[in-house]
Amino acid sequence: MDLLNSIIVQPFADMAGAPDFLLQVLWEGLVGGVLYALIALGFVLIFKSSRIFNFAQGIMVVFAALTLVGLYENGVPALLALPLTLLVMLILAVAIERVVLRPLVNQPDIILFMATIGITLFLVGLGEIIFGGENKVMITEQLFIPTGSFEFEPFGGFVLMEQKDVTAVIGAVVLVAALLLFLNKSKIGRAIRALGDDHQAALSVGISLSTIWVIVWFIAGIIALATGIVWGARAGVSFALEVIAYKALPVLMLGGLESVTGAIIGGLAIGILEKLFEIYWGQPLLGGNTEAWFAYVVALIVLLFRPQGLFGEKIIERV
Amino acid sequence: MFYRTAGQFKTSYKADHALFPVRQDAILLGIILVLAFVIFPLTASEFTFEALLIPVLIYSLAALGLNILTGYAGQLSLGTGAFMGVGAYACYKLISIFPEMNIAIAIALSGFFSASIGVLFGLPSLRIKGFYLAIATLAAQFFLVWLFQKWGWLYNYNSSAAIQVPNIRMFGLWVAGPQADHLTRYYFVLAVVCLVTWFAINLTRGRIGRMWKAVRDMDIAAELVGINLMKAKLLAFFISSYIVGVAGALFVFLWRGAAEANLFGIGLSFRVLFIAIIGGLGSILGNYLGAILIVALPVLISATPEMFGVSISSATVEHLNTMIIGALIIAFLIIEPHGLARFWAMIREKLILWPFPH
Repeated sequence: MDLLNSIIVQPFADMAGAPDFLLQVLWEGLVGGVLYALIALGFVLIFKSSRIFNFAQGIMVVFAALTLVGLYENGVPALLALPLTLLVMLILAVAIERVVLRPLVNQPDIILFMATIGITLFLVGLGEIIFGGENKVMITEQLFIPTGSFEFEPFGGFVLMEQKDVTAVIGAVVLVAALLLFLNKSKIGRAIRALGDDHQAALSVGISLSTIWVIVWFIAGIIALATGIVWGARAGVSFALEVIAYKALPVLMLGGLESVTGAIIGGLAIGILEKLFEIYWGQPLLGGNTEAWFAYVVALIVLLFRPQGLFGEKIIERV
Repeated sequence: MFYRTAGQFKTSYKADHALFPVRQDAILLGIILVLAFVIFPLTASEFTFEALLIPVLIYSLAALGLNILTGYAGQLSLGTGAFMGVGAYACYKLISIFPEMNIAIAIALSGFFSASIGVLFGLPSLRIKGFYLAIATLAAQFFLVWLFQKWGWLYNYNSSAAIQVPNIRMFGLWVAGPQADHLTRYYFVLAVVCLVTWFAINLTRGRIGRMWKAVRDMDIAAELVGINLMKAKLLAFFISSYIVGVAGALFVFLWRGAAEANLFGIGLSFRVLFIAIIGGLGSILGNYLGAILIVALPVLISATPEMFGVSISSATVEHLNTMIIGALIIAFLIIEPHGLARFWAMIREKLILWPFPH
């Protein structure tokens, strides 16, 4: 009875008892969710256009952030470092397409997946040799990201919103909107979607596979840089950031591997749910740190009812 | 010339289905076994045992387990590390609850624990396929490692939160723990690996193996010809996790000597997956070739700069190592996506014809 009480009644009583704290938790969850959604978006773009499950998205985030900070530390002004980092990501995209993807066209999915793990290892080694393994500070002020905080007092309580988090959310919304516009309205965007639907048909109407792949990986690189900046501003830039790739995987499962909408909604849902669970159930009952697996369990349960995720394309199999 | 199959006639179906239809294969295996059982123990140094021979054997056993699931039954799993952990922790608990238990029996029993956990996490495979299943097995990976950390009972509530292997005697010999000789441990691991390999070869070329291959190639078609998908997939999860669990118990008890939860993290899962894929999915031999490559390579790379008299800091060597392994994985996938086992198959074909071109 006591146990049941602490599972079913107590958490909700806590929530109702301290609505300001609940609001704070929700906000933290939302910010985390935005970041998950951003990473998942990078995955989805690449998966949609090339059926490659890109495990390297996580390390691309780290690599982009490290390049930005590393350039700045070596005397490049921050506003110049930004386009230079983008250039590095473009070179990376071209190199990956040339060296890894082109020879592996038409291989089974699992081989391409393993190749992206190979890319991950390579970039981890390269990044550590060039930039060193220690934690770096993201150059927030130099990029004109405000660092103060907003304070509210709803319900007679106290809620604190960091301005960089607010900036992150706004930036993410703008980025996603631009991306959706690009995918749906521009010529290249249509070509990307065509490739996602059917490789051969797209090739036969004159869409260049290799060019589109470079563009897609470059866009994933831009998203990685954006994620790296906002996440780095919160937690510093180090290889520990790589683990956020693991947080994006259940988001993909939940939202569906091909769906941009799914990535966004899944990301937000998982960000908020895992924070709520951790604060109200995980820490009092299970000893904390439940964020490591909670998202996976949620996604697994959803998948049992919808094997293609919430927004994924229906899996049709023919014999 | 040396691998000529001419003159070896098969006069019955039984002979055609024999384990070694070609005599030279049997001779080659004999040579390898003699090397493993006699020559290596006579010549190798303690460092070789600790850094190469024992880990290669244990990793190839884990890869064999994964390969049964992924290579034969076609269910991609990223939770191997955690299942190894279940085997190790189960063995540790068995030994601490029944200190008199024979270590061989404890290891064999601990496999059943990981097998049942494997079946539990294999249940979603009945509905979820492909990459979705791979991510679903990550749920097992993260949840189990979290459990290893938080559930004090598993490590007897000791302050270090790690499991420590006690000295264990079997038939008057120290086989595990700090007192055990490396040679004893090597023979123990070798015996287990040989036994499991023999079992796996016969399993995969029999009725069950063919059933798994049908499920791998197209599960709906397999269902239509009357294969019970649930039975086939769960059996694959059971046997695979059993072998992986045994490998995990060996990993801690006969090699590492101590372990904490993070040892069984996602890195270990990927390592085993690399071995299985570089060795060749759907092949038994490949696991050994892959394990030799993945385990020996870092040792070789760390030793190379010293050979040329160049001194590089150990951190740099480690990073170079990561980089080179990443590059090699990509290179291997590009050159031969079917793995090292396919390489050997091609060499063997050539050898049979040699010195003639056709």
